[in-house]
Amino acid sequence: MKGRFGIHGGQYIPETLMNAVIELEEAYNHYKDDPEFNRELTDLLNNYAGRPSRLYYAERMTKDLGGAKIYLKREDLNHTGAHKINNVLGQALLAKKMGKTRLIAETGAGQHGVATATAAALLDMECEVYMGEEDTKRQALNVYRMKLLGAQVHPVTTGTATLKDAVSEAMREWTRRIDDTHYCLGSVMGPHPFPTIVRDFQSVISKEIKQQLMEKEGRLPDAVLACVGGGSNAIGTFYHFIEDESVRLIGCEAAGRGVNTAETAATIATGKLGIFHGMKSYFCQDEYGQIAPVYSISAGLDYPGIGPEHADLYDRGRAEYVAITDDEAVDAFEYLSRLEGIIPAIESAHAVAYARKLAPAMDKDQIIVITISGRGDKDCAAIARYRGEDIYE
Amino acid sequence: MSKIQDAFAHGKAFIPFITCGDPSLETTEQLVYAMEQAGADLIELGIPFSDPTAEGPVIQEANDRALSGGVTTDKIFDMVKKIRANTQIPMVFMTYANVVFSYGIERFTKTAAEIGMDGIILPDVPFEEKEEFAGACRKNGLALISLIAPTSAAPLRLANYDGSGRQADAADTAGAVSNHARITEIAAAAEGFIYCVSSLGVTGVRSEITTDIGEMVRLVRSASDIPCAIGFGISTPEQAAKMAKNADGVIVGSAIVKICKEYGADCVPKVAEYVKSMKDAIRDL
Repeated sequence: MKGRFGIHGGQYIPETLMNAVIELEEAYNHYKDDPEFNRELTDLLNNYAGRPSRLYYAERMTKDLGGAKIYLKREDLNHTGAHKINNVLGQALLAKKMGKTRLIAETGAGQHGVATATAAALLDMECEVYMGEEDTKRQALNVYRMKLLGAQVHPVTTGTATLKDAVSEAMREWTRRIDDTHYCLGSVMGPHPFPTIVRDFQSVISKEIKQQLMEKEGRLPDAVLACVGGGSNAIGTFYHFIEDESVRLIGCEAAGRGVNTAETAATIATGKLGIFHGMKSYFCQDEYGQIAPVYSISAGLDYPGIGPEHADLYDRGRAEYVAITDDEAVDAFEYLSRLEGIIPAIESAHAVAYARKLAPAMDKDQIIVITISGRGDKDCAAIARYRGEDIYE
Repeated sequence: MSKIQDAFAHGKAFIPFITCGDPSLETTEQLVYAMEQAGADLIELGIPFSDPTAEGPVIQEANDRALSGGVTTDKIFDMVKKIRANTQIPMVFMTYANVVFSYGIERFTKTAAEIGMDGIILPDVPFEEKEEFAGACRKNGLALISLIAPTSAAPLRLANYDGSGRQADAADTAGAVSNHARITEIAAAAEGFIYCVSSLGVTGVRSEITTDIGEMVRLVRSASDIPCAIGFGISTPEQAAKMAKNADGVIVGSAIVKICKEYGADCVPKVAEYVKSMKDAIRDL
């Protein structure tokens, strides 16, 4: 079936939006193999966003954990500070080719909003970002960055006032104004063709890891780790290894205060099959299908669903998904800062946290790659608060 | 399913929407009786969903109020059983895909049909995903209502991506494919009635509706003689009359839900009065 990953995916959206996603699919199919489009995109990725990102051997972390050799894929070094720019430059360029003059986006941690505002500034497009009011407080710095870049930020007050509500509001806005507007969706979720488009634009991560590790070590990694909310940096990290059965693909979900509490966002651990935000996948929900008000310290992982391709990789047993608590993530945030001098985004710290459990159990000749999806500057105030300190006092 | 046809047999149909359990299921039951008395021809019962992406703020808030009050799908089914002991007015559910899917599509549609519902509207299930639900609906005798939007007839710009942006006017775009086929395809497969979405955006009161409704309905008519009801944005008798001229009925939600919010448990006579004014405005068109 069209736009399906196993049983997952699909196009569960209002009729009003159907022609927009059909048009997007047509345009994407037209441009994805177009040499001129790809030349422009590669130029932007390399000369504007700073690709390829470094694959860094974390020697101190490796020695400290005493097991597998650890490499960090440094998406935090990209322009705007996260992997989100990979997808946004692709979609914004595509939207521009389609004659769209306005980008709208949802954002959780604010990284996708910042990336969208950045691309809009560069390509001279209008930009409006929907962000849960709760997240505008947690990520005040990113709100300011978006405004500085010329975007309008709309705080969303409905529901839990977090990422899920920002997605709903962006979808509503798209139904209001379609003709000149592209919805620049930030993760591998939503209706077809978004999960495929976003995955393709993010797959540059695993393409580079494979090449870079081959140069450094002459072989494939034994495991690749990435944090998972909707799952865009994770699918980017997994994609070119899916066919390499020897490589373990490990997605790290946000357990919040624990998978046995109601305050969790671990979809694979606690969710069940459902239909929401345009896709069939796993969702945290109650017995009547009402979407759960999920929680994580990380605004970027605070989402009740997971992208359909991840749901399928899980069904097929190809990828593993583990849950990391707030406490573990915050510890890992501080750990990587002190040990390697790298402050990771609190989202990425979930993957670092699992590596701390996994690496010691592996042999010294084995290799783990952790994708550091973003930088942690945006999280400093919130983590300080978590530790009982107010840095703005 | 013939009961839905009956709704269009008394002049232009007036189809009110209410959210079940806002402010309580007892009030919802009373509203059904009062709206029938006031001239409603078919009633849309909304099963609340936590994240209704096709709704504007008014109905979103009604969903929140109902869910906070403890309403569930099972409690709504029990309410419908009570209602069906007292009236045979055509009724359809309006809810979101996940409410039906999580209950079990077969179990939901079987139960809904058994307790006397006549159809169901799922705004997040477009033509492309319809079959997953349509099979169980057909088997159990529940009409799955199809929606058509102003964008359904939008021309697709398939051929002319030249990098400078597409032409605004499809007629100038070489190779453009007009997509009227979509409307006729949806219409040909439709059951019960067609829900014509009047304008872009989500549900909610609008001061003006500019879509060429007549053209939408003409396209439906070319493929099917199924009744067309217009919804989204209609709140006044004047708007209702204008819309009904081009169609077989009008659907009103947010304007009624606003009254429910304003008057709470005392809303029944106010809603009845409103429904009567709307039906009076369109009955003899």
